[in-house]
This record gives sequence, structure tokens and C-alpha cells, in this order.
Amino acid sequence: MSLWASTSQTIGPFFSIGLARIKQDNLVGEGVSGERVTIEGRMLDGDGKPVPDGLVETWQANAHGKYAHPEDDQNKSLETGFKGYGRVMTDDQGRFQFTTIKPGSVPAPDGKTQAPHIAVSVFARGLEKRLVTRIYFPDEPSNSSDFALNLVEPERRETLIARKVADKSGMLEWNIILQGPGETVFFDCGL
Amino acid sequence: MAKVVGYRRPYIGTQPKHLHPSYVSSIKRAPSKPLIYLPHTLSEITGPLFGKESVDVKASDLTNQHSGQALGERIVVSGRVLDEDGRPVRDTLIEIWQANAAGRYLHKRDQHNAPLDPNFTGCGHALTDSEGRYRFVTIRPGEYPWGNHHNAWRPAHIHFSLFGPAFATRLITQMFFPGDPLIPFDPIFNCTADEKARNRLISVFDWETTIPSQALGYRFDIVLSGREATPMEK
Repeated sequence: MSLWASTSQTIGPFFSIGLARIKQDNLVGEGVSGERVTIEGRMLDGDGKPVPDGLVETWQANAHGKYAHPEDDQNKSLETGFKGYGRVMTDDQGRFQFTTIKPGSVPAPDGKTQAPHIAVSVFARGLEKRLVTRIYFPDEPSNSSDFALNLVEPERRETLIARKVADKSGMLEWNIILQGPGETVFFDCGL
Repeated sequence: MAKVVGYRRPYIGTQPKHLHPSYVSSIKRAPSKPLIYLPHTLSEITGPLFGKESVDVKASDLTNQHSGQALGERIVVSGRVLDEDGRPVRDTLIEIWQANAAGRYLHKRDQHNAPLDPNFTGCGHALTDSEGRYRFVTIRPGEYPWGNHHNAWRPAHIHFSLFGPAFATRLITQMFFPGDPLIPFDPIFNCTADEKARNRLISVFDWETTIPSQALGYRFDIVLSGREATPMEK
């Protein structure tokens, strides 16, 4: 039996009535280990205008590089206070912000490990299906050997790497440019 | 670490492209550069899981969340969530949202000149059961105008959000109603090239789930991406 996956349709402008219930802008529960970071940014369209009706969902491993999911069979510790899922909505200026920990590294298809990263889904009115991207971390030596970053032309890689915010320790900036100059790298992840 | 088995990629034409100029909002929001093919890794074959503790069982009845009954035609929307091999997707979270019977969302940016219903919020959620089944009671949403082009009207629809077992299986879609005359003119519905894939977004009227004297039943099955064959299955 072989069915086709259902067709994606836009989230539209009014999704917050259905999706705000499990908003998750602080992923760090009690007793969670790791370097705490707050990631803030803006979602902008091809004219540089803010996207006030965007949804950003994130998925990541904990500080040990372990996903809270049964298919992660690595011999690494789970932490009950960290599920790894985030969901935030953009505001009228297209801004979003969430607090999490820097994840550990996880296995790569080439037998090496992937640099610490957060998997991201971007939804908005005007997007008939999600855009998939990733957030990487600044000053991370393993970025240079990361298999996914190396799929990207060197001059566009920086769109995937969050930047430090001057004078604000633990704060990172990472923007989502849907189109045009500085366009964020988006991946084909299937659906 | 066992070898990673990824999820299947969509069949050609069965999913919308990002840029679809007749859907005007896509023009400035669709990426202009080609997507970069990402092989699935542990990051994509895992994903958030929501258990019974994250669900309010009363949230599957959208007509009964306030002091009075929601206005409009009461309906039952039910179906199954399957993967591309026809296997049930169990215990997965479904979130829905919709306009009220008059075609108005309870949202600050919805400026449509139609009444709000104090007894209808327009959102619900549920987990699928062990057979992948779900069931909502709601009211039939109204059609409503939008600014896409002159005299543009959205067909009646309910938004569905699903997670499935992995980051790679995330899906947000819309359910339409059979016989709605607006469907063939809807740029959002028409973004998908394959006619059969498009038409599967239209629910089916169903006597078996219709409740006598209470509510018409509509069936809407949803298929999430299936697994690539493992070497053992080949």
C-alpha cells in the first residue's frame, strides 16, 4: 500500500487562536544542564517588511546531545526538565524570542558528529508549506566540519549561524529573511 | 547508533510550491533561492511528542466550550491519520482552528464585518487513538472574503496541524467541504499541481458518523510522510 502524504496548506493569518495554547518560549525546565541562551530575531519578507503572522517551531537535543524521543538510542542522558520543543509567534514587528540551552552534538550521516544546532520550521501566511532551516552557534569550531553547513555555499552559511549580541551575555540574534538580499538558507526536508 | 532511516519525499506535484503568484501573499514571502536538499539525520527523524498529559479531552468539542451552545450547523469531523504505508499514526497531537458560522475568526486582525459568537472560540485539539482515529464536534465554518483579488472569498475550511512521529512528518493543512462552489476558484487550494492530491483535502460527507437529529458527519483522513524502506524490508 502506498498513499501520498496529504497536501500542505498555508497556516494563514489567524493560527494563533489554535496554536497559542502550547506556546513554548522557555524550553528550560528545572535542573536542566547546559549553557542557557536566549535567541531573538525578526522574520522579514522580500521587501524587508516584518512578518507579523509568522510561527517559528524549534526542535533540538539536550546539552548531552540526546533527543527526548524513542528513536534516539544513543547512550546519553535524558533530562526530565528538557523536552527540546519550542513554539513562538512573531509580533507586530516580526520579532520572536525564545530561551533554551545550547544543544550537544549529535551523529551525522558521514559517521562524524554534527555541530550543535536547532532544527527550525517556519510557517506564515503566504507560505503554503513550511520552510525548514537550522540555527547554529557562534564561536563553534565544529561548524567548519558540519555536514549540513557544508551543503551550503560558503557565502550563505552565515545566515544559519546566530550572532552574539554586544554587551548581552547569553543573548543571540538570528533572523529569518524569507526572500531577497541576505535570504536565509532553507533546506528541502521533504514536506 | 543504528543507521538512520529517513522519511519519504513527496511525489512530484502532490505538494504546493512556495511561489504561487495567484496567491498574492506568496510573492514576497516565498524564498527566491532553491532549497538545499537535506538528508534526514537523527535531528529530523526525531521530533516532539505530546502525550495525554498535554491534552484536555473536552477540547475536541468546539461547540461546548462556553456557557451557551455555539451558533451554526453542528457537525462531526472525524477520520484517521495514516502514514504512506497505510499504518495508523497513534497518539499524535492534532490542533484545529476555524472561523465561526458567520465566517469570522476570533482574532484581532480579522476585520470581516460579520458577527463574533460569544459561545465559539474556534479552536480544539485531540490525540489520535491506537488506530490513528480522531473525532471533533464543531460547527460548519462560514465562507469569508479576503483581500487576495477582487471579490475573493475563501471556501469554508478548517485548519489542521499535525506532528506525527518526527520533525520530518510535521504537517499543517486545511480541510474543505464537499460541494463548496468556491473551491475551484481558491488560489490556496489550487497551489498544488496534482488534481488528485488537491481533491484529497475535501472531506467526504458520511452517513456513518452522522448523528440522527444532532449533526452531519464529515470524514477527513490525513496521510503523513512514510518511512523509507529499511534494508531488512527490501
